Amino acid sequence: MQSRTISMQINGKSYQEEVDVRKSLMELLRELGLTSVKQGCGVGECGACTVLVDDIAVDSCLYLAVWADNKAIRTAEGECRGEQLSPVQQAYVEEGAVQCGFCTPGLIMASTAFLEKNQGKKPGREEIRRGHAGNLCRCTGYQTIISAVEKAAEK
Amino acid sequence: MTVGKSPIRKDVRAKVTGKTRYTDDFTMPGMLEAKYVRSSIAHGRVTSIDTSAALAIPGVEAVFTFADVPKTLFPTAGHPYSLDPDHQDVADRLLLTDHVRYHGDEVAIVVARDQLTAHKAAELVLVEYDELPVCVTSAAAMADEAPPIHPGGNTIKSTSFAVGGDPKEAEQAADVVCEGVFTTPVILHCHLENHTAYAYMDDQNHLVIVSSTQIPHICRRIVGQALDMNWSTIRVIKPYIGGGFGNKQDVVLEPMVAFLTRKLGGVPVKLELEREECLVSTRTRHAQTITARAGAQNDGLLTLLDVNVLSNTGAYASHGHSIPMAAGSKFCHLYPRAVTQFSATSHYANIPAAGAMRAYGSPQLFFAVEGVVEEAARKIGMDSVEFRLKNSARPGDITSKTGEMLHSVGMIECLEKGRDAIEWQKKKKRYADQEGTILRGLGVASFSYGSGTYPACVEIAGCRLVLNQDGTVHMQVGATEIGQGSDTVLAQMAAETLGIDYDAVHVVSEQDTDVTPFDTGAYASRQTYVAAPAVHDAAEQLKGKILDHASLMTGVDRQQLDLSAGRVVRGDQPDQVVLPLEELALDSYYHKDRGGQLTAEVSVKTRTNAPSYGCTFVEVEVDIALCQVKIIEIINLHDAGTIIHPLSAEGQVHGGMAMGIGMALFEELLIDDETGWIYNGNLLDYKIPTCMDIPELDCAFIQTHDPTSPYGNKSLGEPPIISQGPAIRNAIWDATGVKIQTMPMTPKVLFSHFREAGLI
Repeated sequence: MQSRTISMQINGKSYQEEVDVRKSLMELLRELGLTSVKQGCGVGECGACTVLVDDIAVDSCLYLAVWADNKAIRTAEGECRGEQLSPVQQAYVEEGAVQCGFCTPGLIMASTAFLEKNQGKKPGREEIRRGHAGNLCRCTGYQTIISAVEKAAEK
Repeated sequence: MTVGKSPIRKDVRAKVTGKTRYTDDFTMPGMLEAKYVRSSIAHGRVTSIDTSAALAIPGVEAVFTFADVPKTLFPTAGHPYSLDPDHQDVADRLLLTDHVRYHGDEVAIVVARDQLTAHKAAELVLVEYDELPVCVTSAAAMADEAPPIHPGGNTIKSTSFAVGGDPKEAEQAADVVCEGVFTTPVILHCHLENHTAYAYMDDQNHLVIVSSTQIPHICRRIVGQALDMNWSTIRVIKPYIGGGFGNKQDVVLEPMVAFLTRKLGGVPVKLELEREECLVSTRTRHAQTITARAGAQNDGLLTLLDVNVLSNTGAYASHGHSIPMAAGSKFCHLYPRAVTQFSATSHYANIPAAGAMRAYGSPQLFFAVEGVVEEAARKIGMDSVEFRLKNSARPGDITSKTGEMLHSVGMIECLEKGRDAIEWQKKKKRYADQEGTILRGLGVASFSYGSGTYPACVEIAGCRLVLNQDGTVHMQVGATEIGQGSDTVLAQMAAETLGIDYDAVHVVSEQDTDVTPFDTGAYASRQTYVAAPAVHDAAEQLKGKILDHASLMTGVDRQQLDLSAGRVVRGDQPDQVVLPLEELALDSYYHKDRGGQLTAEVSVKTRTNAPSYGCTFVEVEVDIALCQVKIIEIINLHDAGTIIHPLSAEGQVHGGMAMGIGMALFEELLIDDETGWIYNGNLLDYKIPTCMDIPELDCAFIQTHDPTSPYGNKSLGEPPIISQGPAIRNAIWDATGVKIQTMPMTPKVLFSHFREAGLI
């Protein structure tokens, strides 16, 4: 086993970790207790493991942990401040965009990146759909998820 | 009053912040990882197996093969146990097998200290086979010369019934009789969380299993059967689960992890399926071939429905024997004045095992039924909606199958509301004389469903309520939250009946068979319907105890007291607070001479089964040249009784509609007819809809009040998936004049039909 020491920020906190070079970022984050990062397929098909790396949404199952060296990672755990949910999280709650919840943290990070990229704009529903095509959900039919993103964009 | 409103879901804040823990989010020191060795062929006998190379890898703890497992056959279907031996599930499974029956069957299992080592070792187990002929299709499996896939042959069960009169007379009374053969594909559940479970022992003879299951109490019983253990020595814990849709209404991994930990001295052993394994080696939706006939008179009276189902159950029986029959008994509710004849045969084949999936055979059945009903309407020249209005169930009808008076029936209103919403008449006129290669069409299809399994199976639910020191209430139910929102609606019911705030009801979401009241779990769209009486009765009981204690404390006559908004009040003056609940609760716990912990616990058997109804209206645009179907507008209408939580109810409908659209247009497990090889057992090639593939989804409810439920509610979890397929099929027919009898209606299927019809 070959390992390497990496430094990174996770949800604003500094970490220094010695990691197996074969390990995915998803595996590392889950080992560190960030279990919002879900494995739905392990090969980049479902998006349940979506996290932000330097504010860009990635499938963390396809992203080697060592690539995160000197980068800032965000996960769903870090989006709320104490009791205060992020606008995206709050919109998901209000619109009923959550059922089993397994795809939810990844989708929330995808929405967060999407809205930060479109800051100041008011994306339409088709545009929101395109921006979330990499995340699968089998419970909601996406209807309320699109509505939640629309609502969060207004905040 | 909270029933009928949409308070914030109990679990939603935890879910958006990643705090909900699913099975894989728990770990234990020293936990071992297991990995199956799966067959590389679809049918054959293992002639040799060599585990030496796998065992030689450092970190491998053990390899077990078919030779090491108990020889007890066990059933896996998540049904309640039956006292009637003839009604028990088919026991045809061993933990591992040397007679492999589909591509991916389980012949051995490796246990190692980490997942990577387990995977590597599993690849090094060398297996040789004597290949047997492969039967993939119904025709091949049912042929006289077909090799027996199980010792008893390939037919699992045949059933039939006729109700409402004599089918022959009904046929003679008809002016037209239409017939069609409809086929549906193997469909996969694709819940986002794969199957996963782990087990350990916490005493010499006490086993703990943590599993992503819809049916913890059933799971306990089946593990007991599979391993010949007393059921009470097994404890099954169900944390949050990432979707199931019926695939976790089957006992898939739990007997194996239980077997492994017992073999390995009780250390924790985990089995987490990879996505590709989860898709093909758990359960699927049955592929069916359905021959349906409808007879009608020229005045629009539907006289006969005659349906024959051939259901391909795959390698193991699972739910196969009961699915066609369950769907058959539920569809009788829709057109109760027609004579109905139904027959079904389920059979084995060398494809992945089919089991329960959302709406349990009904999406397949209604694809055929609403296909021939449409044809009958068109043949007598009657409008599709008018024909259904004339023949659909109305209040006061007798359901032909059960002989029961129908409960609440909102079918007619569903059709009328849907017709208006989609502007049926106006658009019908507009599209009557279309020309060109891009054509619009309208389609409608109805369904009926049940609210549980009674009288086929026992319907039992339990609820325990405890008044806490701070005046809030803890609720434990055997009903399992699987994403559908049962924790939330059951808390609403408890709050409503108790007379306290919704926020004052804390739900213990996790089920633990050592302590959770008995309930057989989430399936058959039963959960809210059968748990409601248990919650209601427990709440009444607890309320009685609270008022008794209030009377003790205050000296006011019990009959004059009531509970409202979390305070004890005078019944005739609800604004006059006699006692805050917090004060009463503290007194009940800590007063030295009176009271005690105030609790209520009930177990209720439901002996009714309310039919629910609804329909889909859809407008499509068909591009003849590209053989593509685009949904312009789609709306589902539902009579699910009283809607307890409208926001969650809409969510159930949206999700079902998307699954139904997937089944109608995209989804199909592709299996080679000759070899049984699976072509698309991954999420890249098996196409579930992304948000780009799903149109805007619309839904509406016709609220009725069913008298058999204390809150008036009926089933809603499964029905939303049933009617999209036939509605889209009927709309394509309306647009193009071409009848399609097979799902999914992909461009490839459309191409062959359009070519045959001379359109391209």
